[in-house]
Amino acid sequence: MAQYVKKDDDRDEEAEYSPFSGIEKGAVLQEARVFNDPQLDSRRCSQVITKLLYLLNQGDTFTKVEATEVFFSVTKLFQARDIGLRRMVYLIIKELSPCADEVIIVTSSLMKDMNSKTDVYRANAIRVLCRITDGTLLTQIERYLKQAIVDKNPVVASAALVSGYHLLQTNPEIVKRWSNEVQEAVQSRAALVQFHALALLHQIRQNDRLAVSKLVTSLTKGTVRSPLAQCLLIRYTTQVIRESSMNSQPGDRPFYDYLEGCLRHKSEMVILEAARAITELSGVTSRELTPAITVLQLFLSSSKPVLRFAAVRTLNKVAMTHPMAVTSCNIDMESLISDQNRSIATLAITTLLKTGNESGVDRLMKQITNFMSDIADEFKIVVVDAIRSLCLKFPLKFRTLMNFLSNILREEGGFEYKKAIVDSIVTIIRDIPDAKESGLLHLCEFIEDCEFTYLSTQILHFLGIEGPKTSDPSKFIRYIYNRVILENATVRASAVSTLAKFGATVDSLKPRIFVLLRRCLYDNDDEVRDRATLYLNTIGGDGSVVETDKEVKEFLFGSFDLPLVNLETSLKNYEPSDEPFDVSSVPREVKSQPFAEKKAAAKKPTGLGAPPPAPTSTVDAYEKLLVSIPEFSTFGQLFKSSAPVELTEAETEYAVNVVKHIFDKHVVFQYNCTNTIPEQLLENVTIVVDASEAEEFEEIATKALKSLPYDTPGQTFVAFEKPEGVPSVGKFANVLRFIVKEVDPTSGEAEEDGVEDEYQLEEFEVVAADYMLKVGVSNFRNAWESLGPDFERVDEYGLGPRESLKEAVTAVINLLGMQPCEGTEVVAANSRSHTCLLSGVYIGNVKVLVRLSFGLDSGKEVAMKLAVRSEDEAVSDAIHELVAN
Amino acid sequence: MAYSARRDASPIIKNVLLLDSEGRRIAVKYFSDEWPSNSAKLAFEKFVFTKTQKTNARSEVEISLFENNVVVYRFMQDLHFFVTGGHDENELALATVLQGFFDAVTLLLRGNVDQREALENLDLIFLCLDEIVDGGMILETDGNMIAGKVATHSLDEGSPLSEQVNATPTTPFNLLQIMLRVNRC
Repeated sequence: MAQYVKKDDDRDEEAEYSPFSGIEKGAVLQEARVFNDPQLDSRRCSQVITKLLYLLNQGDTFTKVEATEVFFSVTKLFQARDIGLRRMVYLIIKELSPCADEVIIVTSSLMKDMNSKTDVYRANAIRVLCRITDGTLLTQIERYLKQAIVDKNPVVASAALVSGYHLLQTNPEIVKRWSNEVQEAVQSRAALVQFHALALLHQIRQNDRLAVSKLVTSLTKGTVRSPLAQCLLIRYTTQVIRESSMNSQPGDRPFYDYLEGCLRHKSEMVILEAARAITELSGVTSRELTPAITVLQLFLSSSKPVLRFAAVRTLNKVAMTHPMAVTSCNIDMESLISDQNRSIATLAITTLLKTGNESGVDRLMKQITNFMSDIADEFKIVVVDAIRSLCLKFPLKFRTLMNFLSNILREEGGFEYKKAIVDSIVTIIRDIPDAKESGLLHLCEFIEDCEFTYLSTQILHFLGIEGPKTSDPSKFIRYIYNRVILENATVRASAVSTLAKFGATVDSLKPRIFVLLRRCLYDNDDEVRDRATLYLNTIGGDGSVVETDKEVKEFLFGSFDLPLVNLETSLKNYEPSDEPFDVSSVPREVKSQPFAEKKAAAKKPTGLGAPPPAPTSTVDAYEKLLVSIPEFSTFGQLFKSSAPVELTEAETEYAVNVVKHIFDKHVVFQYNCTNTIPEQLLENVTIVVDASEAEEFEEIATKALKSLPYDTPGQTFVAFEKPEGVPSVGKFANVLRFIVKEVDPTSGEAEEDGVEDEYQLEEFEVVAADYMLKVGVSNFRNAWESLGPDFERVDEYGLGPRESLKEAVTAVINLLGMQPCEGTEVVAANSRSHTCLLSGVYIGNVKVLVRLSFGLDSGKEVAMKLAVRSEDEAVSDAIHELVAN
Repeated sequence: MAYSARRDASPIIKNVLLLDSEGRRIAVKYFSDEWPSNSAKLAFEKFVFTKTQKTNARSEVEISLFENNVVVYRFMQDLHFFVTGGHDENELALATVLQGFFDAVTLLLRGNVDQREALENLDLIFLCLDEIVDGGMILETDGNMIAGKVATHSLDEGSPLSEQVNATPTTPFNLLQIMLRVNRC
């Protein structure tokens, strides 16, 4: 108690003074005994409650016993007549959230307060009682609450309405009976009462569309006073618009006039809500957007950060769907680049980068340059990412953008920031061939003075791949050798590897590289010396200008095609013995999960860390895998490998998926199996395929999997022959057959004898899309014209009733298995017609282009016109047959 | 309580925070179960506090987007006021709540808006939080009204005037209004 009152004495020791310093729960609970005094000291009691609240607020918790004890003594305080104390009592009761039998004790006191003459008592007693009450008690006080809702004192009415809003969650049937009173309160003259009443009324009727629509219709005509209530009304209105838009024609949108009228409201809160509502209308037209954009543009130059933020955030979203509508704000947006509030500045830049056109890039970059120096790294990274996508959008501007990136690369910055810049440069080099030489030189300059070992080694590795392919590889050597002289051992080692790569790929440089590599033999680090020795001895030619042996190149620099996880598992399982570890025994199949991750990663912009375009690399991996199996090595060039098709449910005993490999005359099914039972070892695993529903296929080979231990994926294969060049289709039923052996979980050893067993798998089909490679074209129109009308086939099809146009488009794309071009796979919501462009390569390497026009009639029937052009008449017909079937 | 399902309906306040110059709690109130434990709450407070240090919030209401929340804030001497709402919440509604909180506290602390004064009148701060938001629903946004409701505290006819003067939180309502005008100048 003492430290709380003696504030005057402590004035001098300013520094860390707090009335609550040294506060301790036990002591405060002791103090709470004053609540039981026959002569109540109101002020002292208030102070003790404040302390209790302080403890709770700081995160202290009371045990059940403590809470009950405090609660009981607090109830005694209802005897005191001090308003201040009573308010504190209300607060602490809410915080203690008493249990049902405790509530009964205060119910009568609170009910008395509810009917008191003092409005403060009434409002607060209502809120407390409703917070702690349960359904049974509610029926008792319902009468009072209904009266309170229409009370002439706004504080009391609001208290009852807000309490009703919360109670609707737990006791909807009771609160719904208050509709009449709530409706009356909507007409209240008090602003906030109207707001609370409207919120509650809508909540009561939210599942009754007609009622909500009526509510909106009547209120949008009348006067709603409070800005908050007006915001609510806008939200409800958009809800009605959303629900009614399904059966009305575009163009005459109900309530749009109301929303537009709100743009002229005197409260900014309402203007913002209305503007945002308009921009979010589904299928909004540019005519509808314009007034909303205009008010948001005014907000952009407001003196209030909150308004600027709200406006730029909304416009940023609009820029994603209607970039043209936002361009009128570009000048205001540009001035926000230097906004003190970094969230605003960053949003402004990303908006500008979305809406900007090619000609504005230079000016924009100049402005961003000034701004970059005074923002934090995390915002710089956002900007760098935006610039990377801008560069890919306007490849002709790469010089300006590359210069910008190299400039900021030279400035101060943390690791994440530098990494983002380097990743961006690498992506640009990969995607824009013209940018390669200058980009590589920028990276070289960067590693001359780079404090991050990770980035140096990554760049050196990248140089090793791209450098030799440039017109003058020799100019990079100086930068690389400088690393050998100046850097730490890790960087030196990777510089040695890079040098060796130049030596191995560029024959004319070999003698000079050898001189440099020999110097590295005297390095004081083991790894550097080892690498130099290895390269000197394997690249061969003794330093003369000769071609490096292909196998040596492959050995030294070829990609490591074993999944590291599998190698790790195999090495762990390997027990030292006379028999050396055999690399070829490591399973090659990647677990399906990391495969999915890899796919996800491929969607992100690739940087240094990411592998070069993932799809080709998986195809390559499949191809290598299949060629390495003697039975399949004669099948020729792999045409296509499908994505894995799951043949088991998730989390079953054995997880199996299948990859369909299509060759000209054969198909190979690769079954990826995983055993998820630790107590089992599977041996001699095969798949028995029933191809009776695939007439044109004939089974010619199977390759069994010798052993399938727990959690190590393995593959088994089945090959079929089929007519050459024909897209045969069929259905395949599968059974997994194996010998199962029990494994002792403690020793990990399997028992000698196994039992033969089978496991039913799901069926799968080989479909026409499996014979189609997704190959995009950059300019569909040019490609279409150059193919010519000679083998064009056009026909119309009825697709029957469909959920939506979108669903029909997706279904046809999936059926054909072709690559949608120019973003035409996206169907605008509510549109009634759509054109979709597809391209692909059909088996036999025949280029195919497809133009699909869809139309939707009033009965949801979808009609489709299919135009195919290809290099072969038969293929054009085949595509039509696909659809016709 | 399932607030997320109701976001379509009414503006929901997720929390209101009053922190000191080191980012420690003076008084906080959470209305969302997004931060289930005390440590989660503390972590959020620390994050928001450090992220907003280098801003202009001393002269005007500032705003930032943190992950999925919009936070509006304003600082005065060693006190830091924050109001948090969902990421698609009307920013101006949040700012109105913050302004109401800020004005009310300024009035209740008689213009001495600092940490020491706030701690000494912590009961008023708690009452103030209670009058602004109820279970996430905005209850009152006018600082004058909020302070008025809290200040009735001391207008008890039953107690002698001298006691009212001695008790820390005493400013009659009309005085409060005068002060508010002064403050706004």
